[in-house]
Amino acid sequence: MSKPYWTKENFPISPTIRNPGGSLAFKAGMWRMMRPVIDPNKCTRCGICETFCPDMAISKLNDGSFNINLDYCKGCGICANECPVKAIQMVKEGRE
Amino acid sequence: MSNRKLISGNRAVAEAVRLSEVNVVSAYPISPQTPIVEYISEYIADGKLKAQFIQAESEFGAMAACIGASAVGARVFTATCSQGLALMHELNYVAAGLRLPIVMAVTNRRLSQPLGMWCDHSDAMGERDSGWLQLYVESCQEVLDTIIQAFKIAESKNVLLPIMVCLDGFILSHTSEVVDIPELEDVRKFLPPYEPDPKYHTLLDVNVPMAAGGGCPPAYAMEFDYKKFEAQIQAKEVIKKVDEEFAELFGRRYGLVEAYQCEDAEIILVAMGTIVSTAKEVVDVLRDQGLPVGVLKIRSYRPFPKNEILKAISNAKVLAIVNRAISYGVGAPLYSDIAATTCNASHQPILLNFIAGIGGRDVTPKDIMTIFEKAKKTAETGKIESDVEWIGLNRTLVGG
Repeated sequence: MSKPYWTKENFPISPTIRNPGGSLAFKAGMWRMMRPVIDPNKCTRCGICETFCPDMAISKLNDGSFNINLDYCKGCGICANECPVKAIQMVKEGRE
Repeated sequence: MSNRKLISGNRAVAEAVRLSEVNVVSAYPISPQTPIVEYISEYIADGKLKAQFIQAESEFGAMAACIGASAVGARVFTATCSQGLALMHELNYVAAGLRLPIVMAVTNRRLSQPLGMWCDHSDAMGERDSGWLQLYVESCQEVLDTIIQAFKIAESKNVLLPIMVCLDGFILSHTSEVVDIPELEDVRKFLPPYEPDPKYHTLLDVNVPMAAGGGCPPAYAMEFDYKKFEAQIQAKEVIKKVDEEFAELFGRRYGLVEAYQCEDAEIILVAMGTIVSTAKEVVDVLRDQGLPVGVLKIRSYRPFPKNEILKAISNAKVLAIVNRAISYGVGAPLYSDIAATTCNASHQPILLNFIAGIGGRDVTPKDIMTIFEKAKKTAETGKIESDVEWIGLNRTLVGG
């Protein structure tokens, strides 16, 4: 459970967000139950996973490989589903 | 100083809007409200009112514009009725939930089907639980005075809710009466310009970013509704205080309720809107015959003035509640609210439930006489003939 957004001190008259941070401030990675893991040996570096990621949590590194930002990855599995060479496995959180 | 003029209820609304110096008016025409927006757009075009008029593509758009304008701190007015009010329904909850002090005139007209141009309260009753305050008025003078009061009530820090001023379509909107129109400088003393405080209000400002109108998880939604409920209850005191301030300056007061000849009355007719005026005339006639009768006008329907009602009916044996709306499968809204008010009280009169004036059917002095006769019979026998009495219903058409 994250800390309460509204408290006794700042409870507003209407449901308004007075210090908006957008989706950058709200890390949705905590929702994740399945974590995507890229197999670097299978990955062809096509970038389809980066294109399809709905949270823009996948980014290309300088060496051409891809990194998944687990602060924002919700574990939806779209990347694993779209990967043409099945280089991404979804594993249960808490296991390697 | 003031002007006395023969004007319609709709003109009285427009005059009050001019005197309240609103900043934004957004509306869509619908009978019998149309003259209100015609007059207001005339005032704006003639430079008598410095406001922005937004002709919307629908009532939904009109309320959306009102919400936007109010959220940036403008004093906002709109007017509608019937299908127009129904089309606004979704956004009426938004306006109340964002706690925006929008004032709306509702020229009460029935909802289709059957489609009808004429008066009943089914339109405003559909918005009963939206969080908006609702005041029902009975004369052109009260229309003008109440619109001006409405801005002050809605903008009060203890309220901050939108408010409907309900006037019976055609019966009041298109009837002309002599109205005392106050001077602008006197109204200014009563109603200074709207100055929202960013600490309390939903106030959008590019320099202080804020997101309004977003989602709210179960952990908080009930708390916002509780605050809204609290504000409605607090509004009772605000309505009374504003009414007193108004009376000091202009000599006219209306109250949350008006108890006419109720002190020693054994039979009290309870109603809202123009039926009240007709009933007062009938009460005068019956009082001359020695009958202890009275009329209780519910001016503030939301918030519902429980204590004032209980005080006014403290000697009554029978209450004849006249509804200009129907609640299908149970009875009628005003009846239910009065029943909820008296059910735990120490003094419990017998309640009679009358439905009258539906779809613009006239409620004549003769009808009011019939209602009092039925109530008198109940007062004598203690018996209730029917759970719902339909006044003027043509039984040859529907049987029963």
